[in-house]
Amino acid sequence: MNGLKLFRIVAWAAVAVVAVGMATIYVLQPRNAGVATTTSSGKAAVGGSFSLNSHKGERVTDETLRGKPYLAFFGFTNCPDICPTTLFDLSEMMAELGPQADKFNVLLISVDPERDSQELLATYITAFDSRIIALRGTREETDAVLKSFAAMAVKVPMDGGQYTMEHTAGVYLMDENGEYVGLMRMDETREARMQKLRKLAS
Amino acid sequence: MKLRTSELLLLAVSLLWTAPALSHDFQSGSIRIDHPWSRATPPGAPVAGGYLKIENKGPDPDRLVSIKSEITTRAELHESVVKDGVASMRPLDGALEVPAGQSVELGSGGIHIMFMKPEKTLKKDDKFKATLVFEKAGPIEVEFVVQGMGSRAPEEAPDHGGDHGAGQ
Repeated sequence: MNGLKLFRIVAWAAVAVVAVGMATIYVLQPRNAGVATTTSSGKAAVGGSFSLNSHKGERVTDETLRGKPYLAFFGFTNCPDICPTTLFDLSEMMAELGPQADKFNVLLISVDPERDSQELLATYITAFDSRIIALRGTREETDAVLKSFAAMAVKVPMDGGQYTMEHTAGVYLMDENGEYVGLMRMDETREARMQKLRKLAS
Repeated sequence: MKLRTSELLLLAVSLLWTAPALSHDFQSGSIRIDHPWSRATPPGAPVAGGYLKIENKGPDPDRLVSIKSEITTRAELHESVVKDGVASMRPLDGALEVPAGQSVELGSGGIHIMFMKPEKTLKKDDKFKATLVFEKAGPIEVEFVVQGMGSRAPEEAPDHGGDHGAGQ
């Protein structure tokens, strides 16, 4: 009897250890996965073809963008903070540049095509400079554009089947040949950002 | 004529109620909430951010456990981080602790409230009510003011003008 009782205790203790271990792995894994992929941004790797749909229903590709420099920003409408403030700042800078800002295109590329429909993007984008184009694609097209910009976007699951996105935050500056010029970070000074835009427009 | 105790109490309560509305801070027990603000949302935006400062003047830590608002059925605490050029956002695990005698700032680009699926597009100078529920201090009624779409920091003075982001 005593032997059986001891066996039971040991067995349950073993179950508890395994459960805690598995819970720890489960909790830690998504974070590790996210961190591991953050290294995939680099100058050399930017380039390659892509094809997406604009909020107006037009096809936009690396080919159709040729001949004019452009800015590309990866975002999604379920983003409360970085995405709208970046788009707002870009709009303000474009307003200040006036017609000079016609010399480049500005693209918002959705990293969340499942939730960002063309209709939603068309509504959303009205809050910003009318020259900004919102783009989305199928899952495959979205993966392709991320790859061509060496950008990353990862789904992070939340409670209740919801999710949010981790994504590359800077604004890519591309020249008229679709070559990568540099990155504009929104924490740079406004003057530094304006200089970059003026240079791109000249 | 002398006021009855109940009348005095009513007067005291109504004074307490109106005072915070003017200075835009809210208090219950040792918890003080300073300048809750949100940001104008693009039309159709499925989320809105909420920002404020929580001051714990008491000798014990307290925890913000839940948020309700009149513009959403769900509000959560999230944390945004930009690390190595990658923006990420995660729901905060459990409640937000406010240590004794300290302040915690829920700010743009850090820990913030996520109002999920707001019923309407938030416009600059809009106001909406919310309740922050603390473990010890209990529920605190607050009012969020909606700032311009480019806002990254609280605008203390009312009618700050429209040139947000100019000083960046």
